[in-house]
Amino acid sequence: MNASGFLSQLLQLGIALLLAPLLVGWVNQCRAWLQNKSAPPLLLPYRTIRKLFLKDAVVAATASPMFRIAPYVVFAAMALAAAIVPSLATDLPFGRAADAIALVGLFALARVFLALAAMDLGTAFGTMGARREMFVGFLAEPALLMVLFTASLISGSTLLPTIVDTLAQRDLAIYPSLAFAGVAFTMVSLAENARIPVDNPATHLELTMIHEAMVLEYSARHLALIEWAAALKLFNYSCIGLALFLPFGIARGSADAAAILGATPVLIAKLALGGLALALIETLSAKMRIFRAPEFLGTAFLLGVLGMLVNLLLGS
Amino acid sequence: MTHVPLWAQLINVLAALLLLLAFAMLAQRRVLTLINLFAAQGFALACSTAIVAWATGQAHLYGSAALTLLLKVILLPWLLHRLIRRLDVRWDIEGLLNIPTTMLIGIVLVVFAFNLASPIEQLASTITRSTLGIAMASVMLAFLMMITRRKAIPQVIGFLAMENGLFFAATSATYGMPMVVELGIALDVLVGMLILGVFFFQIREQFDSLDLKHLEKLKEGE
Repeated sequence: MNASGFLSQLLQLGIALLLAPLLVGWVNQCRAWLQNKSAPPLLLPYRTIRKLFLKDAVVAATASPMFRIAPYVVFAAMALAAAIVPSLATDLPFGRAADAIALVGLFALARVFLALAAMDLGTAFGTMGARREMFVGFLAEPALLMVLFTASLISGSTLLPTIVDTLAQRDLAIYPSLAFAGVAFTMVSLAENARIPVDNPATHLELTMIHEAMVLEYSARHLALIEWAAALKLFNYSCIGLALFLPFGIARGSADAAAILGATPVLIAKLALGGLALALIETLSAKMRIFRAPEFLGTAFLLGVLGMLVNLLLGS
Repeated sequence: MTHVPLWAQLINVLAALLLLLAFAMLAQRRVLTLINLFAAQGFALACSTAIVAWATGQAHLYGSAALTLLLKVILLPWLLHRLIRRLDVRWDIEGLLNIPTTMLIGIVLVVFAFNLASPIEQLASTITRSTLGIAMASVMLAFLMMITRRKAIPQVIGFLAMENGLFFAATSATYGMPMVVELGIALDVLVGMLILGVFFFQIREQFDSLDLKHLEKLKEGE
């Protein structure tokens, strides 16, 4: 625990909060390019959030305090997760606050609050969206845990900074278990972030939406917080994936300020490439029926378990 | 951590790929894709055998690898493709269980196979002994595929995939069987395939379908 630890912690949290909407804008722009559409401006998510913060909030007369609290809880959970996930450096004072399992719990907390708020008003859309979200969530969570367990088995710890530290200093080699876990993690991230094979982030068609259906009743600052939290969730998942499977260029151990600042452009470059890959996946795949989601996430779970078993068997 | 040589990494990757392909075959709904997956599994097997041959200097394993390539990547898939074109069966396969359940049973089988293989691994002295568990798992997954499928062609592909697994087990436990045995098995598989091909036509002529549940009845008109 020292000054550089706090510097990296602050810098990491600041970067996550500031860059998360940019990542969403970048993914949208890449997707528009790939689909031969004229791209929306890169900074559009920032403008949307600013516009929403300036508006007056409208809350339904039947809404309970739960409905008002939920956006703040969701945003806080995502911000805390952003502080825990080692994206820039592994020497994080917050890193000891929660391990990988608690991190999954943090995501679950946000999901439960959002689903409860969606059910709060008793509208048909909100309830349907909440049910679908929980349906996807309960299938995605075990798969995510299996991926994290695979990484924990390799490093012998469930603390994310320790895991990333171990993974970053290994020899450059092909690890089948990590390859399985990587594919599983990609599938889970697509499902959790309401991306195309499972949900369509760009549609307001009633039959296809999951995430959008839940936040339909929100307006102004509440909606701004929820949109920002969704962007942060995407950012967090990208950072977990990058930290576990491409941990190069991260500042390890008690690094000095220069190393931490040097890790920033590496992270941004990796995120830009990751966003491009996400846009590519979304362009190449079609949205599946909601009842195919168990198969999709079942495959992710299978790959996660296989990763763990192969790691136990081959020791790599 | 000790440095793992490249060939060992490659064998591990191919073994993992073999397991993954076994699961992909278990989950596959279409007959055509199933045949392509079977060919891919054969290719992974041939590659891993060739790498083991190169790493250990066992010249006869090159022969096995070439045999696998010729038989399981080229000849058998070609025969199967020709067969389904002649039979005109490109329908979706219906399993007895739904796919997620089959996958979960598959995971249990893999755990069982890995446990079963661990004492044998400690006795074996080959460089590839750690992949024995994967070989046994692919044999069991092929078994499961034969059990859960109702149509004749997927069952035959399951049988051939099981032979893939056995071959991989032989390579990883004892650097392969003697060449005579291997040639014999290869011929058996080929002849078995041809006979089963004739069988398919007979079954279809008799029942107008390749669904094997018709064969479960002993008498007609019950």
